[in-house]
Amino acid sequence: MAPESGPVPVATGRARALVPALLFAVLLVVCGITLYKISNRQLDLHEIKSPLIGRPAPAFSLPSVADPTVTVSNATFAGRTYVLNVWGTWCAECRAEHGALLQIARRGGVAVLGLDWKDDRSAAIRYLAELGDPYTAIAADDDGRVAIDWGVYGAPETFLVGPDGLIKHKHVGALSMSDWDKEFAPKIAALAKSPGGAP
Amino acid sequence: MTPAARTAAAGVLLLLALRAFAIDEAPAFADEARQARYEALTQELRCVVCQSNSIADSNATMAADLRRQVREMIAAGKTDDDVRDFMVARYGDFVLYKPPVTGRTYLLWASPVLLLLVGLGSALYVIRQRAARPLGAETDDDAPVAAQDGDPRA
Repeated sequence: MAPESGPVPVATGRARALVPALLFAVLLVVCGITLYKISNRQLDLHEIKSPLIGRPAPAFSLPSVADPTVTVSNATFAGRTYVLNVWGTWCAECRAEHGALLQIARRGGVAVLGLDWKDDRSAAIRYLAELGDPYTAIAADDDGRVAIDWGVYGAPETFLVGPDGLIKHKHVGALSMSDWDKEFAPKIAALAKSPGGAP
Repeated sequence: MTPAARTAAAGVLLLLALRAFAIDEAPAFADEARQARYEALTQELRCVVCQSNSIADSNATMAADLRRQVREMIAAGKTDDDVRDFMVARYGDFVLYKPPVTGRTYLLWASPVLLLLVGLGSALYVIRQRAARPLGAETDDDAPVAAQDGDPRA
């Protein structure tokens, strides 16, 4: 740079000083958007995307919570759309979503299977007597093996299985009616219309 | 032994002692090779509940269930890849501390190299800019900045 171009370095010097400030501003905006999404529950950093979506629902045959001599198997529901709700009496969030499950059961149209995960049977029976029982049937997964097969990593988790036996959707955390109407109801309506499940 | 060396030795011993607080209560494999594989695998698999612990370090009941799964698969003669595939099929790449390079993870793997290149690029740029300036022209608009840089020519 020639010495006679005096004023130019001043300008470029100021412009250069702005670069870190601009980069910092971009960083702030990205952080802000991310925090906003987290606070609005649009983004959950702990949520793990299930590789099981679109894959066959893992088969299970477990003793029923109500009567251990009876076996609950999801094979019974083959060809139908059903929901599998993973819960436990030890799980506080499950209590929070219980009202929504009852409402879903009252609406009907879809079987709600329960998977009672690593729980005490008598505690489960007491819990349902107190809060009401939304489940079509409940399987007792005492040693947590079925939960591992379904990729469960926390309760509650709710799966939607189509008539073709494929997992259509998974909801992690307490389910609200607005979650149900947004995520499950449209998929269930589409499954009812599509001829895919019919023989 | 100097005091500093003594402190360092104490620190190392303390770190070694931490191994004694292992969370895994299951009995070890009689076969040492299998035990080594079990330990390596459980270190490599991430606890999905606690999310930044390996399943070897976590005492969440979920982690205990996953350790039992690994143990049983090794006992049944399954390979390390069988165990990894089993976990990935259920929990996705997330369950591996070392995710495979795929279309979705290439940026993750490339980012250290990319950042290094960006750093080198900006360093080169700054060095060239400085080198191109004539002596004494370092101070553009305000002299104090150059003085703070400790440049004797300022």
